[in-house]
Amino acid sequence: MPRYRLWLLTVALWVAGCGGPFPQTTLEPRSDFGSVIDQLFTGIFWWAAGVFLVVETLLVITLIRFRHREGRPAPKPTHGHTLMEIAWTLAPAAILVFVAVPTVRTIFATAGEAPADALKVDVIGHQWWWEFRYRELGLVTANELHVPLGRAVQLSITSADVIHAFWAPPLGGKRDAIPGHVNRIAFRADRVGVYDGQCAEFCGASHANMRLRVVVDSDSGFGRWATVQLAGPAAPAAGTLAERGKAVFARSACIGCHTIQGVSPGVIGPNLTHVGSRATIASGLFPNDSAHLASWIADAPALKPGSLMTRMKPPLKDDDIAALVAYLASLK
Amino acid sequence: MTAHTSMGLDNRKMAFWAFIGSECLLFGSLISTYLVYKGKSIVGPYPPEILNIPFTSVSTFDLLMSSLMMVLALAAVQRGDMKWGKIWLFSTALLGLVFLGGQVIEFTDFVHKGLTIGTNLFGCTFFVLTGTHGAHVTVGVLWLLTLWVRALQGKLGPANAMTVEITGLYWHFVDVVWIVIFTVVYLIQ
Amino acid sequence: MSEARGLTSWLTTTDHKRIGLLYFWTALAFFLIGGIEALFIRVQLAQPNGQVVSAETYNQLFTMHGTTMIFLALMPLGASFFNYMVPLQIGARDVAFPRLNAFSYWVFLFGGLLLNASWFVGPLFHAGMLNVAPDGGWFGYANLTERQYSPGPNIDFWVLGLQILGISSLAAGFNFIVTILNMRAPGMKMMRLPAFTWMTLVTQFLIITAFPVITVGLAFLMFDRFFGTHFYVREAGATPILWQHLFWLFGHPEVYILILPAMGVVSDVLPTFSRKPLFGYPVVVYSGILIGLMSWGVWSHHMFAVGLGPIADSVFAATTMLIAVPTGVKIFNWIATLWGGDIRGTTALHFAVGFIAMFIIGGLSGVTHASPPADLQQTDTYYVVAHIHYVFFGGTIFGLFAGVYYWWPKMTGRLLDETLGKVHFWLQFIGMNLAFFPMHLIGLLGMPRRVYTYAPELGVGTLNLVSTIGAFLIALSILIFLVNLWRSRTHGQPAPNDPWGGATLEWSVSSPPPVYNFSVIPTVTNRLPRWSTERHGPMRDPPAVPPEPIHVPGGSWWPMVAALGLPVLALAPLTQTLWVAFVGAALLIAGVYAWAFQPFEV
Repeated sequence: MPRYRLWLLTVALWVAGCGGPFPQTTLEPRSDFGSVIDQLFTGIFWWAAGVFLVVETLLVITLIRFRHREGRPAPKPTHGHTLMEIAWTLAPAAILVFVAVPTVRTIFATAGEAPADALKVDVIGHQWWWEFRYRELGLVTANELHVPLGRAVQLSITSADVIHAFWAPPLGGKRDAIPGHVNRIAFRADRVGVYDGQCAEFCGASHANMRLRVVVDSDSGFGRWATVQLAGPAAPAAGTLAERGKAVFARSACIGCHTIQGVSPGVIGPNLTHVGSRATIASGLFPNDSAHLASWIADAPALKPGSLMTRMKPPLKDDDIAALVAYLASLK
Repeated sequence: MTAHTSMGLDNRKMAFWAFIGSECLLFGSLISTYLVYKGKSIVGPYPPEILNIPFTSVSTFDLLMSSLMMVLALAAVQRGDMKWGKIWLFSTALLGLVFLGGQVIEFTDFVHKGLTIGTNLFGCTFFVLTGTHGAHVTVGVLWLLTLWVRALQGKLGPANAMTVEITGLYWHFVDVVWIVIFTVVYLIQ
Repeated sequence: MSEARGLTSWLTTTDHKRIGLLYFWTALAFFLIGGIEALFIRVQLAQPNGQVVSAETYNQLFTMHGTTMIFLALMPLGASFFNYMVPLQIGARDVAFPRLNAFSYWVFLFGGLLLNASWFVGPLFHAGMLNVAPDGGWFGYANLTERQYSPGPNIDFWVLGLQILGISSLAAGFNFIVTILNMRAPGMKMMRLPAFTWMTLVTQFLIITAFPVITVGLAFLMFDRFFGTHFYVREAGATPILWQHLFWLFGHPEVYILILPAMGVVSDVLPTFSRKPLFGYPVVVYSGILIGLMSWGVWSHHMFAVGLGPIADSVFAATTMLIAVPTGVKIFNWIATLWGGDIRGTTALHFAVGFIAMFIIGGLSGVTHASPPADLQQTDTYYVVAHIHYVFFGGTIFGLFAGVYYWWPKMTGRLLDETLGKVHFWLQFIGMNLAFFPMHLIGLLGMPRRVYTYAPELGVGTLNLVSTIGAFLIALSILIFLVNLWRSRTHGQPAPNDPWGGATLEWSVSSPPPVYNFSVIPTVTNRLPRWSTERHGPMRDPPAVPPEPIHVPGGSWWPMVAALGLPVLALAPLTQTLWVAFVGAALLIAGVYAWAFQPFEV
């Protein structure tokens, strides 16, 4: 870790008291994409810090040295100095060359190009959740993006409604998700872990609640995850609460918006075929446990302002919701 | 009325040049949008199916002639010939009205053929661009008629030549904008 | 020749000084409203999972904070000084078109009232209070602002309000361009204009070229919302990116519209209080012009995350970095102006130096996101919020406060209290750094902007709390400022013609100046008419009593009547009532005609 970042982090930690860990920090990149940006920023930061020090010091020295004193003779009315003007025009221009050259190099290095064998995922922003479609694997999931460690990943980002921006800071920069337009980012994650992110373009009432997680798995872990996701949904055993829940699901408004493979075809909300395997619900807002799931189903707009998912209670009753929760939790 | 000015140019005239500069950006944005969205409509009617170039050429000629009338009107007022001043001012306004009438006929025809402002991107950009221009012509006609009435009342004379000159600036500008629109929208398809 | 008094005289005034004061007080009121909105924002964000306001209210608050500060506070505060000072600085008796000037003010006032009325008129739209204020951000990105995604009247208020305000700015723009180019006193050559007047001129050119573009963008949005067009609708083959291009084509020049007047103030204040001419005056002027020109070629740096492609990104990165050169040149010239001077630490000088110190930070953080890849991590985060506040608060507001402390005696005839002024300065200086510096870190640690809440896990709670404390320090400093203004009415020392020893013409007349400004129009022979330099002695101030009677134009109701037509016109689409449109149009047309035919000699 470059020294300045230690310093920055120390200040941050000190100011933040409890401080850290910072799950959305841009200062500890965990991918090649994140790292090149970080290196570029580090360079520019040092140039800026240097200029800051020199100019502010000059300003302070000037103020102290030439402050008003009794009996100081009237200042000499200088009007300008051509050579100095040229010098302080050229100096910033020269510094900017040192900023511009690596900038342009990095622009082309981060243009979203990826090798042919890259894992390609379509990212689709919705108000207010994320849909992830793995083209080659033919699987669809929501809000939690799984990628394998060390393999190139290329995201093709777009939107189903308004403009959003996909941003998982430890893995690199954001790109806007624009309806009718595809943006690409490519990265290679270099450490296993779970990284937080969220929508970065103001997209309406619950913009703040449009979060996401990127899970970087080992190669084998990713393979296991994909196998599970590709399988059909778990069928609840006869006579269980989950089986009743499936029946509730099938006769409720749920089917209009959500897909559960073989059960319902809705595409307005997240695909729930393996919702039980996800760690969070409601686009990264709450842990995926029965209490949160139940209150989410009962009254989503209360938990997420503007949510397109309406209140389900009524018509559903508490025991219906309990059954639904059992069913959804069983969809590992 | 014109007092001493630093640049030797009448204040109102200078303001008007600045206004015209500003208007260039306005029409520039509208025309750019038209060009950006050209060919992007996903349903018809499309421009070649609907634009009536001979008809609009006549309108364009009419507007060009109105600029000529405007020149004559200004010359008449400047030399104090208010009889012809009135005639040319009224002719300018009349030709402007004819142009507007043409636009009404054209718009009605388009609506009958299924192109409204909400039909497709061509409709959006076409109607907003030509409609904005039409609004400018309308303002110009009102302005010219106002001057004409003042002239009839005997309140417009060579002393007000600058007012007529500025009116002319506006009128010629609106005319030039139309030439650009006619070229971009009608001729280059 | 004595000044008319009473309410009517203010409502009908065409005196640039009175209009300047009207602009000042109105803009100050809007500044306070925008500040209160900011405090609500900071209270909500003081800790994670804040519950003070709802998501919907928060979105209205940050939208109105940005819109209010930019269009209703900073621009008109600048306009207040354009109005009051430019005619005095160029040796004129008024602006070129006094009634057009009044019209600009009334349109601004009515536009601002219409925008802010949205806070209270919810019940008229079958919604609660605090429900129909604009909520799409000051940048109003389509397609979120389309009727489909923003069905309420919120965005309608915003679109119509901004259209009206644009008319005000444009009218003022033409007026001041002509005033500065054409109304100069004999001998006041362009390269003898005070730097503030020069920067005003550049600003006006930016206004008359930038506002038509946003007018068109807003008109498209208005047509989409009211008349079923599809300018930003993807389903019709259009792209919402068009809005971003139109908005930022206006938006970046707008940044310079906000900063150049403040730079002008600083360029006038520094020489006065260091008793040295502005160093490199022509360079400062040309760099201002250059900044204005270059501001047209950098708009896409607001759109690096949009995906315009590596070539476009590289070009806009280069043009954006280039703009740092003329800006840096200005800063060096200011420091060189101070260097070797006899610096008197008045409050005005404090604010001018504060401007330089803070603007450097804003400029440098600007360079870090002129680099597109770095910007991909910074854009739409609190890092950018920090940047714009160092530019607009540390820059524009500090510069404008320098102007207030510098010119207040000229405008009111009373000096402000210097001790209170310095307390104001230091509180504001500390407050702003506490409020905005942590935002750099908050952004780098991953907090996006425009979020009404954030998770405790983000780890930025304490930093946000510090920022909120800073915001309240700023509020306290503004309170002290208000006390200072209020006290000066009764306790302020009467100001002589020239309390500071200024070089420019406004200091040659009484404080406040007589209604005709100059008893005799001065003849200018050099750039520093009231100073003696090695090349010349000081000019003689005009006599206190005019040697011959001076005609002062009377007032007029018509600019206000015409201006009133605009908000009435805007009510028509808001209320979906056709006859209202006819009333508005009738007012506008009647006002314009009566105005045109009213005898009015300048």
